Amino acid sequence: MSDSKSKEIKLRDKQEVAGSAEQTRAGVFFTPDVDIFETEKALTLLADIPGVVPENLNIDLRENTLTISGEVVQIEGADEKDVMIEYETGKYFRQFSLSEVIDQSKIDAKLNDGVLRLTLPKIEKATPRKITVKTG
Amino acid sequence: MIYRRMFGLPDWQLRDRFHELEQMRRQMDRLFGALTDGSTKKTGSGVFPAINLTESMDNYYLRAELSGVKAEDLDIQTTGKNISISGERKIFDVESNAKYHRRERDAGKFSRIVGLPDYVDSDAVEASLINGILTVVIPKKENAKPRQISIK
Repeated sequence: MSDSKSKEIKLRDKQEVAGSAEQTRAGVFFTPDVDIFETEKALTLLADIPGVVPENLNIDLRENTLTISGEVVQIEGADEKDVMIEYETGKYFRQFSLSEVIDQSKIDAKLNDGVLRLTLPKIEKATPRKITVKTG
Repeated sequence: MIYRRMFGLPDWQLRDRFHELEQMRRQMDRLFGALTDGSTKKTGSGVFPAINLTESMDNYYLRAELSGVKAEDLDIQTTGKNISISGERKIFDVESNAKYHRRERDAGKFSRIVGLPDYVDSDAVEASLINGILTVVIPKKENAKPRQISIK
């Protein structure tokens, strides 16, 4: 942690989504930066999606494919003219295939300050059964 | 490839074949980059955070995407024509027994200064941080506002 505190953040361009079926819709799609970590009980995903409000965020888990998509509401007023533009806004889209079995009923999603925190609890493993062998 | 010819690296045969492929890929990227750069109106300073500056009749609007940055970790100052934005992005969610699959989000400090086209009315500047987007509204000074001149 002490290392990351002294470090300066480097500017990285937003990554546009390359070649996906979603591209048929109008607008620019970006790949949000994510952190994914897992503990024994759950898989946690953190994604940077600045400008997305909960109403415009879609999280979908189907057949082990997790899809996150969100739309950024245009906040510029109609009378504003561009002076200097360094970043573009658009939609966010990213898919993940999950290898772990997730307990779908306990998925928890929070959106704070433009960061999505998605907790995906793993299904509790069946307790091992001991099989006794009868002789006879 | 040009590099190798120029400097005559003796160990080229031993090099991983993938190295050459990688070099080719980079050259292609550069080529395509040069082709597409002219068509976008996006400019860059190479400093975090990226900033969009727009203007209306009365105000300048400065916006930056700062997801995960708390308002108390942000410092905005104005002097003359300049506005400086500095702060720190902290990532708290490090659990001791967590194993990472991906780690793409950066934490760290940042500071940037942006020169505005006009002098700033420092007292009237307002900033807000909503959904990870910083918006600074900078009212134009009276003499900087466009004025309609009527012809008699």
